[in-house]
Amino acid sequence: MNELMRRMLFLPEQASEYARSVDQLHFFVITTTMIAAAAVFGVAIYFFVRYRRRSDTEPTPRISPRPIHEVVFIGLPLSFFLLWFALGFPMFVSLQVPPKDAMDVYVLGKKWMWKFAYPGGPSSLDALRVPAGRPVRLLITSRDVIHSFFIPALRLKQDALPGRYTQTWFTADTPGRYQIFCAQYCGVAHSTMLAEVVVMPGAEFDDWMAEQRRGLKSAQDSSPVAIESVRFGSSLVGEGERVAAEQGCLKCHSVDGSRHIGPTWLNLYGRAEKLTTGKTVIADEAYLTKSMMEPGADIVAGYQNVMPTFQGKLSPPEAAAIVEYIKSLRTSAARPGPSEPPAYEPIPPGK
Amino acid sequence: MSPSLPASEAPAYAPRNYLNAPEKGWRSWLTTLDHKRIGVMFLVATSVFFAVGGLFAMLIRIELLTPGPTIMDAMTYNRLFTLHGVVMIFLFMIPAIPSGFGNFLLPMMLGARDVAFPRLNLLSFYVYLTGAAVALYGMIAGGADTGWTFYTPYSTTTTTNVVPILLGAFILGFSSILTGLNFIVTTHTLRAPGMGWMKMPLFVWSIYATSIIQILATPVLGMTLLLVALEHAFGWGIFDPARGGDPVLFQHFFWFYSHPAVYIMVLPAMAVISEVVCAFSHKNIFGYKAVAYSSLGIAFVGFFTWGHHLFTSGQSAVDAGIFGILSMFVAIFTAIKVFNWTATLYKGSISFKAPFAYFVGFLFFLVFGGMTGVALATVSLDVDWHDTYFVVAHFHFIMVGGVIMAFLAALHYWFPKITGRMYPEGWGLVAAVMIILGFNFTFIPQFLLGNMGMPRRYFHYPERFQALNVASTAGASVLALGLVIVLVYLVLSLKFGAVAGSNPWRSRGFEWDTPSPPPPENFLVTPVITRGPHEYDDSAPDFPPSTAPEPKHAS
Repeated sequence: MNELMRRMLFLPEQASEYARSVDQLHFFVITTTMIAAAAVFGVAIYFFVRYRRRSDTEPTPRISPRPIHEVVFIGLPLSFFLLWFALGFPMFVSLQVPPKDAMDVYVLGKKWMWKFAYPGGPSSLDALRVPAGRPVRLLITSRDVIHSFFIPALRLKQDALPGRYTQTWFTADTPGRYQIFCAQYCGVAHSTMLAEVVVMPGAEFDDWMAEQRRGLKSAQDSSPVAIESVRFGSSLVGEGERVAAEQGCLKCHSVDGSRHIGPTWLNLYGRAEKLTTGKTVIADEAYLTKSMMEPGADIVAGYQNVMPTFQGKLSPPEAAAIVEYIKSLRTSAARPGPSEPPAYEPIPPGK
Repeated sequence: MSPSLPASEAPAYAPRNYLNAPEKGWRSWLTTLDHKRIGVMFLVATSVFFAVGGLFAMLIRIELLTPGPTIMDAMTYNRLFTLHGVVMIFLFMIPAIPSGFGNFLLPMMLGARDVAFPRLNLLSFYVYLTGAAVALYGMIAGGADTGWTFYTPYSTTTTTNVVPILLGAFILGFSSILTGLNFIVTTHTLRAPGMGWMKMPLFVWSIYATSIIQILATPVLGMTLLLVALEHAFGWGIFDPARGGDPVLFQHFFWFYSHPAVYIMVLPAMAVISEVVCAFSHKNIFGYKAVAYSSLGIAFVGFFTWGHHLFTSGQSAVDAGIFGILSMFVAIFTAIKVFNWTATLYKGSISFKAPFAYFVGFLFFLVFGGMTGVALATVSLDVDWHDTYFVVAHFHFIMVGGVIMAFLAALHYWFPKITGRMYPEGWGLVAAVMIILGFNFTFIPQFLLGNMGMPRRYFHYPERFQALNVASTAGASVLALGLVIVLVYLVLSLKFGAVAGSNPWRSRGFEWDTPSPPPPENFLVTPVITRGPHEYDDSAPDFPPSTAPEPKHAS
């Protein structure tokens, strides 16, 4: 019955007990709605046929309601509505009360990606790994505008607000991979702000977490630069973002394409920049690194020479991390032309 | 002007009417104080914007035919859905029925010569045009990409030109307030002798309730939009947390207006339907007081439901519970109306004309759309459905399925009153069937898309959503074609339609107790009201003796 209704209503898979119980309410509510709509419509159709006009001038009887009619008109729908509410509201309340032993994961939404951080552990972009059968509490915030963290398979949604943490929780019980959407409109690449929940069997998750903690599997593989010391478990891009925030780079350089004191970092890498001297330079690794150390050397046309040097403030790996971060700031949807695949790459299964 | 039938058989076309008296020519229209002319100008202007908003909707639907870019890029798409929302809500839905039909009909239904403040009424129209011009400028000069909800801090940090559109909506609000004020005073002071409150047509009750919301809620929107514009232009920290503001505060302010605004749009639709159901079933309304008071109930309780837009925003569970329950109470008033309209048909004498076809569509859409609204108010289901296509489908069931069906019903029902001519009934039914079926095929797939989890305002979407999106676009094409047919035959009927006579429907509405089109002063002699507005239980003549006798119908 559950499976039939789920398919008829095009609902996605149910990856938690909560999802199954919400769906039960869904089936009840939609069935009542359809019966009510069909009943009103059916009665109306019957009246149209039964009382169709036979003469243009014939008077009709004057019929007024007795109090009982209006009581039924109010009472019948109200009792159904209140029943729905009585069933639905406790589920919502349960979402507000995570169990005490829940594992915390910090969720950061920003234009246009999701970042997940485990306390004292690794962080990752665009893939939320959780153990099956154990409660997980999400502490959600945003770096820029309002986003909304939405996992259809868990029937779960919570807005990510800048400057504030919101929370929700779930216990996924079916290992698998489920889509995460951003549900609150957040700009040009809103519809590519996707991610995945990877529900892993408990033991597998523990192994993965232990591996991350040992720092054996850090996501440095993609880096072309030799790294001396990067905090374990975080990607070079994440490291660059952290350093950029700490050093105050982002006070002058936007990462979303908006114009600020310095040139935006969005799509900066590889861009041909026109300089105040009239020359043009390609913003490659060399130029980006040079601009950090000798900001006054090559000023982009239209900007003031106001940036201090970071010579001696940034270690070479930190500078490299910032460059990697700048390289990661690309949006395909911001430019017209053929689109590219979604901005996240699924994690190969079994990892 | 000359009917093809011999003059003795044809119903008369009132030779002196508001269209040609006291003066003809465009200058007399632009400076007119006649509520009927102002109403007609509102109807023309809002219909133009309906067409513009509909064009945007079709472009959106075509874009969504494929998962990637189809005919435009993401930025253009974001601007289009914003403009679709802004144009449809602020330029069409909110003014169309109250300022258009309300202006034309409310004084006539009260037996009055005009509204209480005719100059204010004309001002309202020009304020509307000014607001529309400012908003149009904003659309041409780039257009905003925020969605019609203008959520902060996105709207205060976007690089698009959002300020003119905000100011346009701000100015449009004054038009809404002026019209609402005018109607309230008119209803209180200009009722014809003999018309007590319980003898007012239900249309008036509903428009009166609408006016109360317009006056009380619109200032909140004006204030909010102004704050957003200031923050966007000068970087004030009101809503942006990076500057010490609160982004959720905006949502409270915005929905404090915009949820009642749903009733600003729906109550006039209910006003129309109450008239249409009585006129086409030749039957008194089943529960007059229930229908009348439920309008006031909606207006009142509608103010206390705004929080149901914030269930996933981190609002406390207590708030969510209170707003959930209150949302169910507001639905009860709608349920009362639905049952009373249906019961009105019992033992009636039903004539299935185009306006009645739209009533049938309206009834089904309102029940289904309304109950899915209550389903959303159960809070936990909203957590899943919020900001998905389920919500899009739900409010289009109310907005298109409710308001536009009522707008079309009104357009057909009062077309003979306004123009003195009939529309072609056959084409009317064909178009009504196309519109109702096309509507279902447009929005039922969207309910299912929402169930699948497709969020709204998505330019790209995963391929598994494509089949239903294609179905929805196909439905929208049928819907659009139906609307084009309506436009064509109504425009042709202005010139070629059969002369209608004063009361082709044999309706007992007071507005029909005068020739069609009505004379500039509405009633040649001030009417004295001796019966209720929806009474069909005697075979009294269609015309009160106080006015000039009318030639018999050709039928």
